[in-house]
Amino acid sequence: MILSERNTLFRLILIDKLLIGILRAGAMLAALVMLLILFFLVDESWPVLSKLSIVRFIDDASWHPLEGAYNLMPMLSGTVLTSVGALLLTIPLSLASALFIVFYAPIHLATLYKRLIELLSGIPSVVFGFWGLTTLVPLINQWNPPGASLLAAILVLTMMILPTVTLTAYTALAAVPEELLRNAAALGLSRWGMIKGVALPAAKTGIAAGIILAAARALGETMAVLMVAGNVVQYPETLFDPVRTLAANIALETAYAMGDHRAVLFVSGLLLMLLVMVLSGMAGLLEKQRHA
Amino acid sequence: MNSSQCTDKLDTFTLGPLEAGPACCDPQPAIQVRNLSLLYDGKAALDKVTLDIYQGCITALIGPSGCGKTSFLSAINRLTDLIPGCNVTGKILVHDQDIHHPDTHAQTLRRQVGMVFQKPTPFPLSIRRNLSLPLNEHGITQKTEVASITEHVLRDVGLWDEVHDRLDASALSLSGGQQQRLCIARALALKPQILLMDEPCSALDPLASGIVEDLICRLRGRYTIVIVTHNLAQARRIANYAAFFWVSGRAGQLIEFGRCQHIFESPSHELTAAYINGVRG
Repeated sequence: MILSERNTLFRLILIDKLLIGILRAGAMLAALVMLLILFFLVDESWPVLSKLSIVRFIDDASWHPLEGAYNLMPMLSGTVLTSVGALLLTIPLSLASALFIVFYAPIHLATLYKRLIELLSGIPSVVFGFWGLTTLVPLINQWNPPGASLLAAILVLTMMILPTVTLTAYTALAAVPEELLRNAAALGLSRWGMIKGVALPAAKTGIAAGIILAAARALGETMAVLMVAGNVVQYPETLFDPVRTLAANIALETAYAMGDHRAVLFVSGLLLMLLVMVLSGMAGLLEKQRHA
Repeated sequence: MNSSQCTDKLDTFTLGPLEAGPACCDPQPAIQVRNLSLLYDGKAALDKVTLDIYQGCITALIGPSGCGKTSFLSAINRLTDLIPGCNVTGKILVHDQDIHHPDTHAQTLRRQVGMVFQKPTPFPLSIRRNLSLPLNEHGITQKTEVASITEHVLRDVGLWDEVHDRLDASALSLSGGQQQRLCIARALALKPQILLMDEPCSALDPLASGIVEDLICRLRGRYTIVIVTHNLAQARRIANYAAFFWVSGRAGQLIEFGRCQHIFESPSHELTAAYINGVRG
């Protein structure tokens, strides 16, 4: 028999099976934790989800949880506005940075610049918040008080997601096959014509996936936004009005929330998680499309 | 397939036969290469090549791998500019114009001198956009004009009947042979006078390779074609002139250049003879 116990091949197959088992268990564990968190969120928010109609979260007069008014919409709008604002600023800046690294910068400068961006991605969010609080907010205050505002939150978030979008865009652009670019050059395309006509279309799914991941991060970012956004529950009328995001709200109120109030905070957590799940689902679809 | 078959194909040619260009093999130089040397990071890849390439003819560059054929080709449309550390010396005249002259713009040169690569590389865009992109870049933006050129060149490469009803499909959905013909069409759309082809058939299956080869024969006369090929039989079938490159020392050198028949039947250099007969290389 070929597969006798003394056979090395047999032993190797055994080790292989063991490894597969370990990997599978690890993967299952990770997925399980994720499911447990989801379960926990639903479980904790169930008291109000079963008692109150969902319309209450949209239709209540205001957010006064101690008096039983649970309108989440101003904070949802705060979350969406800060994230969308940050994305609007980030996308052009990041694309410009990535294009600069891949197509324009001389090699040494490109490496240095990329290192800087990588460094930026490693800064803890609380440090960004700190910087925002001590530098950005006073500056905006001088311009248009009070300073702690939607604008401050947008700027701090921009700083935080800029490296993510830049680095994913860089990876996508650097992965555009050399032959495509050589073909474009051989057709007499200018550098910009080549970038616009060939490189960006070829890299677009990768770039979009990076943007979506960054959006997910922006939606969920808590600390830095909390420190600079002013945290007034309201629909902001200008960029200089303070806002409160859902994530900041949870951080601010969990400490003293009880009963229904506590459960509503979990509902807002669930809402955030669903938003992020939809976004990462979209990113997954894009990935699939790219490899199709 | 022999040369008479090639000539037969001219009847089915959409643009009309040879009168579109000067008579084939009327030896007027379209490209004059003088003392061309090419260095990558100081290491010579090509050493003092002097060669005339005749208008309207197909000139095949043959020789073993690494003897500088592709480098030679890339020097003609200055694609070597894109390679860091690549240094070109010597003179190349394309239609009596020095391509290294400060007034010669690389983009204009590359419009005159089209290139087709070994690996079919359509852009990851629609078939239509693959053709309109370079046209738009060169200032041809009128929709009707772009559409007529698109149809024209796709007919030229025999792709029109296969794809006219799905021009907006992704070019990547085409087969390898179709992709390569699309790349040729893309190069032709800019109405170049010269076409450089770097082993255009070697990544294709024999059937697709045959179709592309017929196509190249049909382009004879209208375009000056320089083709790198490792397929000696193919070179013999399609080329009017052949240039044999060989590595001597470290750098590639031109060993022999002449009419295809002469190179293949009575080469004057013993290296050529050995290579042709499969003794070396």
